[in-house]
Amino acid sequence: MTLLDRHIEFLEALRGAGLPVSLSEGLDAVTALGLIGWNDRTQVKEAYAATLVKRANQRATFDGLFELYFPRMVGSGVDADAEAAGVAKDGPEALAEFTSRLAEALEADDVELLRQLAAEAVARFGAMPGRGPGLSSWSSYTALRRLSTDELTARLIEGLQQGGWTEEEAARVGTRRVDRFSGLVEADARRRIAEEKGPEQIAKIAVRPTIEKLDFLHARRTDLEALRREIYPLARRLATRLTQEHHARRRGAVDLRRTLRSSMSTGGVPVDLRFRPKRPHRTELVILCDVSGSVSNFATFTLMLVFALREQFGKVRAFTFVDEIHEVTSYFRPGADLVDTMTELTKATEHAARMGRTNYGRAFSLFQERHADALGPKSSLLILGDARSNYSDLAVDSLRAMADSARHSYWLNPEVRTQWDAGDSEATRYGSIIEMRECRNLTQLSEFVHDLA
Amino acid sequence: MPSRTSSWFSSPTEAVTRLGDVGYLADDSTALTTYLAGALEKPVLIEGPAGVGKTELAKAITRATGAELVRLQCYEGLDEARALYEWNYKKQLLRIQAAGDGQAWEETHDDIFSEEFLLTRPLLTAIRRSEPTVLLIDEVDKTDVEVEGLLLEVLSDFQVTIPELGTMASTRRPLVVLTSNATRELSEALKRRCLYLHLDYPDADREREIVLSQVPGLDDKVARQLVAVVGRLRELELKKSPSIAESVDWARTLIALEITDLSDKAVADTLGVVLKHSSDVDRAVRELRLKR
Repeated sequence: MTLLDRHIEFLEALRGAGLPVSLSEGLDAVTALGLIGWNDRTQVKEAYAATLVKRANQRATFDGLFELYFPRMVGSGVDADAEAAGVAKDGPEALAEFTSRLAEALEADDVELLRQLAAEAVARFGAMPGRGPGLSSWSSYTALRRLSTDELTARLIEGLQQGGWTEEEAARVGTRRVDRFSGLVEADARRRIAEEKGPEQIAKIAVRPTIEKLDFLHARRTDLEALRREIYPLARRLATRLTQEHHARRRGAVDLRRTLRSSMSTGGVPVDLRFRPKRPHRTELVILCDVSGSVSNFATFTLMLVFALREQFGKVRAFTFVDEIHEVTSYFRPGADLVDTMTELTKATEHAARMGRTNYGRAFSLFQERHADALGPKSSLLILGDARSNYSDLAVDSLRAMADSARHSYWLNPEVRTQWDAGDSEATRYGSIIEMRECRNLTQLSEFVHDLA
Repeated sequence: MPSRTSSWFSSPTEAVTRLGDVGYLADDSTALTTYLAGALEKPVLIEGPAGVGKTELAKAITRATGAELVRLQCYEGLDEARALYEWNYKKQLLRIQAAGDGQAWEETHDDIFSEEFLLTRPLLTAIRRSEPTVLLIDEVDKTDVEVEGLLLEVLSDFQVTIPELGTMASTRRPLVVLTSNATRELSEALKRRCLYLHLDYPDADREREIVLSQVPGLDDKVARQLVAVVGRLRELELKKSPSIAESVDWARTLIALEITDLSDKAVADTLGVVLKHSSDVDRAVRELRLKR
């Protein structure tokens, strides 16, 4: 395979992962590489990054693919001499010996050594020989389990504490170092599999979607943190965009009186037209969120985003429900800390649950009973949830009454459209009253919120 | 194409040294992108959080290469007349009045649309200069979409057509640096024509070097403590993470207050320099276990 083939395959893989790499950008990359040469791997990587990656959040995807297509090294990475000299490749002693070396390296935080050790760990403890064709023969999972990372972390934290770190700091740094080592091991396992099967096979599986395209329902704990970090910048971007668009449409109808008045100075000829300023139209929003288990993340994110954009709306009232209804508007104070608000919201979930089984019908009837005054001709109703109501009474009439009293009403469903109506989902029946939209990731959510404001 | 590279940088390593000489500590990717921008004669789009040295990089390139900086500050409502060129109407009017009746219309017409009455704005200025020029287009995300279209035309060909004077092409391409805070997504077309550099918060060692070079007289120990605290703050979920500019401000504050040891109390007292939201300060006090 020539270098050019590899280059073109790499571009293809980037496109496959959703990076819009154009022909001219590919040519730029080639010109740039012609200038800097292929001697230095980091420079090659940076040259590719500078010419092909035009968005900061795509960098992680790029890095992952670059490691697959231009691996740091080829082969097993274990010293062949040591193997020949009869050092046991695997076994209790080998494991103990390796673990102690690894613990030392972790304590010294030697990145280069850790990288070598990661390669060695996969080579010695992550091999799964003799598996059928089509199954990967290397596993980072096996390697990490053999090394028992929890014990390693505990040992490292203890060591750091003896070295004069405070308990809290040691725990933080220790966990981070072991996590980084696990990352290195995973990367090395991917590299080996890519070497055996060709990178295009693994590129499809190993590359995770960017945070904007990540499904709310499939978010892991670390993803949730990343998502939360995105809310504030996203809200700021949306606010800028909205303000710009409002400005562009600021001019209202012709103001005849002022036009005539100003035409006096030009001898009665209306040279300059005067316009009435347009009254800014602000939506009043009433949000009802299903906060039961599976969809609670989605609901809280939407709430946080809406409240981060509060200036763009006239008034916002928020309610959460499982089978009870509970107003949460007071939890959102202007300028309050996001993390605290999130924690309080999660705590408040218990007020929204009585039996703990989602019951949309009951929630809607209760809303009509207690908070019907929240909806008026100026307000928009927004319902968040997967419409899975445990086969209970749907209270269609209550919902219809709510939709009728509001100016607009929308329903956001975090499930994939193909799963609607499966099982206890009542998407169609509710969807016939209130327009239901699929909203699975940050991109879809921000588009919707933008249209709403 | 690489024939005219001599006026900018000859290699990424040279870029690091020359930028370092003028007080800008560039990391590998910054140096490489700067070098490529000169060598490929392509504009660089720099994105990143506020206060990490985006604009400063353009200024440093200017100082390092002995070029001149032409700056176009973007804002909402920026138009062609402010970015490219404008005719000096008042002067033209004076010229017509001064000519009196003796002169024929044809002559006057040719006369008032000459160089003398042309007001060049940053884009045209940068194109017409024959000496090395760095064109800084600052905060390009603040402009309207129409200006992006104008930039596309100028940045791809480096020529401008003025109907009355004809086409003006650049004799020497300026090195173009665009900066953006990413408040708005720029168009794909503009991005495609640019090299891209994402400047992020630096690692601890680099940041310490930067702070020490910007604030002479700062004790190395204090710098180390300061960088550690700033690094810790960036890990928290804050509304606005402190950037290099804030670190430098903080260092200056410490010098001014003659604080020689960054104790928890000192951190708590001066936290307002680094964090600009009250909820961020509260969170930091809580997470760092500071007493107020």
